[in-house]
Amino acid sequence: MELITPGFGLIFWMTLTFLIVLIILKKYAWKPILESIRQREEFINNSLKQAEEARRQLENVKNEAQKILNQARQEREQMLKEAKEIHARIVRQADEEAKKIKERRLQEALQEIENAKINAVNELKQFVADISIEIAEKILRSELSDKQAQKQFIEKMLKESNLN
Amino acid sequence: MVKKISLLLAFVLVFVSGALAQESNGDETFKGFDPGRYIVDEVLDHYEWEIFKIKNTDVSIPLPVIVYSKLRHKFYAFCSCKLREGHKYKGFFIPEDGKFRGRIVELDAQGNRVRPIDLSITKNVLAIWISVLILFWIFIPMAKRYQQNPLSPPKGFHALLEPLILFIRDDIAKTNIGEKYEKYLPYLLTLFFFIFLNNLLGLLPFFPGGANVTGNLAVTGVMATFTFVITTVSGTKHYWKHIFWNPEVPWWLKVPIPLMPLVELTGVFTKPTVLMIRLFANILGGHIVRVTFITLIFIFAAFGVAAAYGVSIISVLFVVFITFLEMLVAFIQAYVFTILSALYFGMALETDEH
Repeated sequence: MELITPGFGLIFWMTLTFLIVLIILKKYAWKPILESIRQREEFINNSLKQAEEARRQLENVKNEAQKILNQARQEREQMLKEAKEIHARIVRQADEEAKKIKERRLQEALQEIENAKINAVNELKQFVADISIEIAEKILRSELSDKQAQKQFIEKMLKESNLN
Repeated sequence: MVKKISLLLAFVLVFVSGALAQESNGDETFKGFDPGRYIVDEVLDHYEWEIFKIKNTDVSIPLPVIVYSKLRHKFYAFCSCKLREGHKYKGFFIPEDGKFRGRIVELDAQGNRVRPIDLSITKNVLAIWISVLILFWIFIPMAKRYQQNPLSPPKGFHALLEPLILFIRDDIAKTNIGEKYEKYLPYLLTLFFFIFLNNLLGLLPFFPGGANVTGNLAVTGVMATFTFVITTVSGTKHYWKHIFWNPEVPWWLKVPIPLMPLVELTGVFTKPTVLMIRLFANILGGHIVRVTFITLIFIFAAFGVAAAYGVSIISVLFVVFITFLEMLVAFIQAYVFTILSALYFGMALETDEH
């Protein structure tokens, strides 16, 4: 019976004590502890979020960099291609130009050669003619010392010139 | 191993009870040793705190007696050492037998024993205060340290306590109460650590432990009353409606005989009562079992020294085993009391939307 008969004094002291403990622990222990734990948890959560954010940003930056790099590479290729094309064109043009010039020069040279040839021929002709006349003069002088011969020659010459 | 020991012990118990049954004629004593009396005394509250007893030398801490005599309308406060061994002091004495055995009484004009209003600082009150000092000593410096650097992780003993605090907050309060858990958290934490610490102190065999605080109906009753009051005060309209006019119950169970409301209303009171009895019975049971195994040694001592030595080996082994078991029980009962309190608060806070 004594076991299940609660003592009044104990009930009184227990109620009083428990109430005081509750108030004191609430104010001086649980509130600060729970608040600190909450702060720490918040801090950890924020840190995790920030880390995640930073990671994502880094990824973005990396992607951006990759993109820029790819673009640059493409542009370079494009430029190289264009440069090659330009180069080829220039070379071709130069070739063509050179060919044209060469041809023209050749033409000119040929022309000049022709002209020179013509001149030379003409000069030669002149010279030959001069010499011929001289020779002819000399011959004629020697041969045409008589009148007969002179007459004969003139006739012959006339005949010949007619043939010309 | 444990199975074998328990089997052996079962035999021993049967044998002892047989022996007791043969010899028992009212008072069973073994050479002046009354085991039943001894066991009950061991778990009861006292006016002094006995530390040990060798032969006839009693080493105990005397505690203050504070009584209000209803006959003389006066307060009395004195040392409990004045009442030792049945001594009378200012008309008060502690009877060795009868209805008020072990409790301070005075005699009225007719010579009847009358209990005064007894507010003495008994063994259990002192044990409660010691446990409270330990709680303050643990948690207030902890709070200071937490306040100083809230962002650094807990160290040492605090690292052991913080998971418990988080466990109560997340798994007991948040899950059972819901959004408004923060208001109830200080109570639940105090409740848990108070019960847990006192359960553990009760397992210590010597001062300042060994008092049967949480195995005392007054203590568990006060805590259950706190839970009951908080539940009742925080009861929402929905909660009371559910008790007196539950819409899920057919009308003929409510009118003309309010059968269901009566059952529900009984439930309101049985819930804290069950809380009170569960903790009390579990802890008291553990104490009694442990004391009983020690008592076995003294019982067998009456049969001879060899029997006492033989039994003491088994008894001590078993007490060690039970003590480990009781450590588990200490935690489980603190947990159960707390979680059920939280559950009741959660039920009281329920609203229509869910």
